[in-house]
Amino acid sequence: MSQQTSVLYDVPGPRQRRITLITSVITSVVLLVGAYFLIYRPLDDKGQFTMELWGPLVDPSNENFTQVWERIGLGFRHTLTAAALAIVASLAVGTLLAVLRIQLKSLTRRRFSGLATPLAYLLRGLSALLSVVTRVCVEVFRGLPVVLTIFFVARGFPEFGISFDSLWYLVIGLTIYNSVVIAEILRSGMEGLPGGQAEAAAAIGLAPMQTTRMILLPQAFRIMLPALISQLVVVLKDTSLGFIISYEETLNIGKQLIGVLNNPIQVYLVIAVLFIAVNYSLSKLAQYLQRRLSRGRKTAGIPAQNLPSAALTSQAEGAGGN
Amino acid sequence: MNVLIDKFDVFAGGFWLTLQICFLAAIGALVLGAIVAVLRISPVPPLRAVGTGYVNVFRNMPLTVVMFFAAFGLPALGSNADFLRIPVVDSLFRRLGTDLPYFRFALIALVLYTAAFVCEALRSGVNAVPAGQAEAARSIGLTFGQNLRYVVLPQSWKASVVPLGSVIIAMIKNSALVGFFGVVGDLSQTADQLTSAEGYAFIPVAVGISIGYLIMTVPLGALLNRLEKRQAVAR
Repeated sequence: MSQQTSVLYDVPGPRQRRITLITSVITSVVLLVGAYFLIYRPLDDKGQFTMELWGPLVDPSNENFTQVWERIGLGFRHTLTAAALAIVASLAVGTLLAVLRIQLKSLTRRRFSGLATPLAYLLRGLSALLSVVTRVCVEVFRGLPVVLTIFFVARGFPEFGISFDSLWYLVIGLTIYNSVVIAEILRSGMEGLPGGQAEAAAAIGLAPMQTTRMILLPQAFRIMLPALISQLVVVLKDTSLGFIISYEETLNIGKQLIGVLNNPIQVYLVIAVLFIAVNYSLSKLAQYLQRRLSRGRKTAGIPAQNLPSAALTSQAEGAGGN
Repeated sequence: MNVLIDKFDVFAGGFWLTLQICFLAAIGALVLGAIVAVLRISPVPPLRAVGTGYVNVFRNMPLTVVMFFAAFGLPALGSNADFLRIPVVDSLFRRLGTDLPYFRFALIALVLYTAAFVCEALRSGVNAVPAGQAEAARSIGLTFGQNLRYVVLPQSWKASVVPLGSVIIAMIKNSALVGFFGVVGDLSQTADQLTSAEGYAFIPVAVGISIGYLIMTVPLGALLNRLEKRQAVAR
């Protein structure tokens, strides 16, 4: 905190600290009074704090308590299942897409000069075309709202006579969007690496595919780990869109509960707290990793010097192949 | 593909309504986000706590939950969000003034949710200004206001314009959700209406709707890319 404020303010002296303390106390009082009159009173007037509305959620002796929490637990399990499947699938597809785009980029630069001229032109045209197609796919799916991707998947697949459980529509819809985003994250990670990495790999005779797989991709994953975890938060949040295709995730269950208990504010508050708890800890994890990684990079020169002594290619290959 | 031509006015109307929602929500989110950002970098700890709390709550909550709160929680409190019926503005954006409150509810949810991200974009911009800049400004005797006006904000603005743009793009995409919360006639609700109620073929409708969103998001993204590249060179 103190680091953030120091850009704008001097380190406070004794007088400034006293002023800050006094204003803090005053603002706290004002905020509390404001919260009481603007939030607590209106809510209380509408009877939002009665046990009738809160009971099923917080009072274990309430007749509905166990059932309600069983339903919420079920919904949350469904949410987590969808999120886990979607993130795994998006990581797999996203990595493939990123590698494909990097490979295509290097292919379009190749002139195929060893081959006959028409064949060379054909290959060059083909690689350029493929590269444009993947580019357009990425732009389109990144530009579409994920709600619509899910909606289109759920509406479109049955048109072709393919029908799944609604879980899979949700997972496919989320995967389409997030794999593209992850592909872009990884690609920018790979392109952001120092050019010397790819050059050195080429110099020791690695093929482009090997370079990507063994040199660029592992480093990109490492650098982009915080961004990838943030994407996980996004996926988790987006699973809540499952309600539009009536997948029984947390919010949908919440809606059913409200239909019976008639207490929207209380149920949504509980669900919001659940989401916030999980996502907040994930964001904190991402921040922690970010700090660790940025600290680690300062000493990156030392392990690099040790590299020749540990030049066990088989080991490196094993690490890259994982 | 006939539906694209026959129902062009429906698509155009949906596009226009989505654009209106995005425009209003962007303004609201920028204003509220700026206020929250000021709170977050203020020297008074309680205010900072309020700002931080706001950002943590709304950033970690799905927009869907915020929408549900607005669409079902507000009516439970007996509110129709009538304070958004701003006299002159509601004649420009007619949906603000209608008796059906869903447009206003959706707007409130979008603004509340997006403001958290706007705040983070603005704050990251302020934090990107090297501390030496503000220190130098203080040491030549600029007051706090002058410091902000002439030294910190011009630089932080540069650093936050690209993140802000991404936030706005994300908001445009998020606005697709409003169609599922009772707002009639925006692009995403149009998709539902045309395919399920009026029985048009699915694929042409999907293409039309997609084009509608891509018109808004792709050029903005390309513009941001260019800005980002220019800034990278300038640095």
